[in-house]
Amino acid sequence: MARMHVETTINGESAEFLCQPGESLLDALRNELNLTGTKEGCNTGDCGACSVMLDGRLVPSCMVLAPEVEGRSVGTIEGVAQGDELHPLQQKFLEHAALQCGICTPGFIVAAKALLEKNPDPTEEEARYWLAGNLCRCTGYDKIIRAVLDTAAEMNGTNGAATNGAAG
Amino acid sequence: MSERKFKQVGTRPIRHDGLEKVTGRANFGADYSLPGMLQGAVLRSPHAHAKIVSIDTSPALEVEGVKAVISGRDFPIPTREGDRQQYGDVPDLANNVIARDKVLYHGHAVAAVAATTIEAAQRGAEKIRVEYEVLPPVLDIESAIAPDAAILHDDLVCQGPAPVPSSPTNVARRTLLSGGDIEQGFADSDVVVEREFTTPMVHQGYIEPHATVVETLENGNVTIWCCTQGPFAVRGLTASVTGIELSKIKVIPSEIGGGFGGKTTIYLEPLAVELSRRSGRPVKLVMSREEVFRATGPTSAGRVRVKMGARKDGRLVAAEVVMYYEAGAFPGSPVGAGCMCALSAYCFDHFVIDGYDVVTTKPRVAAYRAPGAPIAAFGVEQVVDEVAERLGLDPIELRLLNAVQENDVAPYGPKYQAIGFRETLEEARKHPNYSATLGPNQGRGVASGFWFNAGLQSSASVHMNEDGTAIVTTGNPDIGGSRAAQAIMVAEELGIGAEQVVPLVGDTESAGYTDLTGGSRTAYATGMAIIEASQDIVRQLRERAAKIWGVELDGVAWEDGRAVPSNGAASDVEPLNLAEIAAQMGATGGPIVAQAAVSPPMAGPGFATHLCDVEVDQETGKVTVLRYTTVQDAGKAVHPSYVEGQMQGGAAQGIGWALNEEYIFDENGVVENPGFLDYRMPVASDLPMIDTVIVEVANPLHPYGVRGVGETPIVPPLACVANAVAAATGKRFTDLPISPPRVLAAIDGD
Amino acid sequence: MAVVVFSSALAQHTGGAGRVEIEAARVADLVKALCERYPGLRGHIDKMAVAVDDEVHSDARFVRLKPDSEVHFLPRIGGG
Repeated sequence: MARMHVETTINGESAEFLCQPGESLLDALRNELNLTGTKEGCNTGDCGACSVMLDGRLVPSCMVLAPEVEGRSVGTIEGVAQGDELHPLQQKFLEHAALQCGICTPGFIVAAKALLEKNPDPTEEEARYWLAGNLCRCTGYDKIIRAVLDTAAEMNGTNGAATNGAAG
Repeated sequence: MSERKFKQVGTRPIRHDGLEKVTGRANFGADYSLPGMLQGAVLRSPHAHAKIVSIDTSPALEVEGVKAVISGRDFPIPTREGDRQQYGDVPDLANNVIARDKVLYHGHAVAAVAATTIEAAQRGAEKIRVEYEVLPPVLDIESAIAPDAAILHDDLVCQGPAPVPSSPTNVARRTLLSGGDIEQGFADSDVVVEREFTTPMVHQGYIEPHATVVETLENGNVTIWCCTQGPFAVRGLTASVTGIELSKIKVIPSEIGGGFGGKTTIYLEPLAVELSRRSGRPVKLVMSREEVFRATGPTSAGRVRVKMGARKDGRLVAAEVVMYYEAGAFPGSPVGAGCMCALSAYCFDHFVIDGYDVVTTKPRVAAYRAPGAPIAAFGVEQVVDEVAERLGLDPIELRLLNAVQENDVAPYGPKYQAIGFRETLEEARKHPNYSATLGPNQGRGVASGFWFNAGLQSSASVHMNEDGTAIVTTGNPDIGGSRAAQAIMVAEELGIGAEQVVPLVGDTESAGYTDLTGGSRTAYATGMAIIEASQDIVRQLRERAAKIWGVELDGVAWEDGRAVPSNGAASDVEPLNLAEIAAQMGATGGPIVAQAAVSPPMAGPGFATHLCDVEVDQETGKVTVLRYTTVQDAGKAVHPSYVEGQMQGGAAQGIGWALNEEYIFDENGVVENPGFLDYRMPVASDLPMIDTVIVEVANPLHPYGVRGVGETPIVPPLACVANAVAAATGKRFTDLPISPPRVLAAIDGD
Repeated sequence: MAVVVFSSALAQHTGGAGRVEIEAARVADLVKALCERYPGLRGHIDKMAVAVDDEVHSDARFVRLKPDSEVHFLPRIGGG
């Protein structure tokens, strides 16, 4: 079957790849572009491990066809840190021990970043509902939610006020 | 031991593998690729129970791009000679990896294909012709043990104490523990509560599907990259199943995206090895989520009957527990462990625990976090709760009256050494969540639980860099932060910061033999090897300093990461720090390296007490968890954040098991919910913050007092949630999950 | 002499004896002597975990016994 040529923007840089017409964006990122930071947990849009940004909107990349990103802008976990500087969410995930096995972490960070861009000061409940599309089986979510709320507080300059402290 | 002043143990450094994981750089099982690599697909049985009459794989080879096709007959006939004691029965394992004569569950692997693309591999698999003679499925305990049941294994003879069936049966084993005089015990009781409980089959639910890449070389050497809790287990088991010499197989563990026991065995590896051998190309096999549900995991469905008697003063007197656990397609449910855990938290003068391992045409069970214990605790801890209720006693008070402590005899024989059960109960009683005000339709539950720590075999090596930093290598994949804990232990002994230690997970050729990351054994057993090797490093550092100063070894002490003069020797010299000694390694005897190996006994068990508050929606039957509190004896928490993480994660898994999770099979044995949409694991909006209290009663077998903490947290939640729902509704829920339809039916029964 | 305490299940093979005294230097010797005295135990106790003085070993063959050691045989357990 003839492969399709797709031109797109990934993490701010122009990129092109060949893919099958029915190939998912997830598979194209991982297999054609070697961006394996985006993970596959279910391939049915239920786990959030493959979360990416598509034109500023949070999507599960397993539910997007790769040819659909022609001319559009894709953001993946590989583009979250700027140069050698981690995004505050990445730093807070480390400080709060908000990961155990780490397979869901890229998806959570991409999704949480989307949350904070839309709602810079979420309540615990808002954070929990926004992140309800991302499954984590290790942490029970406690430390993830604390990391996200603490990031928001720090980015808003209300350091630590929104959480119960680093240790949990 | 307990007086030791720790400098690093108990601190919370950032984990060493964290940066790679928050940036997407870490390589998990499916992230490996090799040049020329083929993609594989597995053909799986559409029947729950059938004889394989014939398999014709040749049509697959006609599909463009297909390079190799295999079926069960391409593997050596498995023999018991290949058994490796710690990993269970090799013939059963081999027959589970790929069916030979019979398929025993829907999803059982029958054949596998490797091709240049995944699509070609899948098309090839579809072309394989398999002729089946369909047999009746056996889908629950009742029908499995019925006299006219279809028999899964013609050669299965029940083991264990009489009376057991003597002809072929679906009951693989009976486990019996007893003490005292049970009839007398019930006669002496003022209150007797008896109930029967059921729990459904559930999956570990790790987010990362099983994945492997295999490369075979012309000389027959095999390299396996895979996500596993035990690279040495993968090596040994793959050798047994494929007939390849163990020393020709190298297993390189990837980062592992969750396991919870489910990645302690093998599924794909022998298939990928055989496909790679036949094609001469590297082969990658990755399971879909549907395959994960149909063919891996799960843990047993269980049926547990509990009868318990107590005196008016709250003293538990007698208990009888009868347990049937489904093993799935092959013997090996965790019912033995369930028996050992069922009554082990309390002192009973009279008890009988009778357990049966039952095979059914469902996926073969694998270990799942404290295997067997949550199912037993779901029954026992609810009955304990009901006894307290009948006696008008506070449930924690009743547990304190009967809690085991040091020198009490466990139902399975030996006496407990130092344990922290009472301490968890006392901390739970003091916790503000135990006295928080409850509103209408809300209820509070309490439950306790315990689990063992395996000992088994571990090794570790530590070596010094020229700049005074250290590297520690073990053979334990890191499933939840163990590398951070291992670095802390080295840092503690050397007197440096944890960030100055690089912890590595070795492969089967670079690390000494080490048993699984599992059984709550890594911080305990591997930790002992790490501490011993680190102490050897310190001794060598003192020797080097002694050489530099020209004094005897006893003239050098090690304090805060520095050699300092002692015993009046060399009193005029300046202390030497690690970097200064390391810089002179060449002149003082060469590289500083150490290794240690241990095979310790099982550690004293870890106990936990949980508190749960729920609210029950009277219109929908939905149960919302309002507060959840876990109190656990960690012995000594090396990295408290990751100890808390284990407590919170185990509690969340247990809450899912209690409220939502279950395999649903149709009448033909087909799993109807093999995906995350219909197999509903807890998401962030289902849960509150999970409060943690770490109790530290030192484990006398570990130099820091460490106990394993990974498994105990999943033992109490099933009963804890059920007890809370009972308090909120006045109804006992004896069948899991406590889903909205069940709750509504019970409420509407009023 | 070491004392072996049998569960009710194993006692089916010892003619009902629940506590047996036996002279043995190591667990392997003890298992051999027990199986000679009670042939029905063969195939059972040699596959079990062993508690010696309250420490549980998954493979106890070469664990030394003290003159007053207490020994229990128990099911092997697997962890997750």
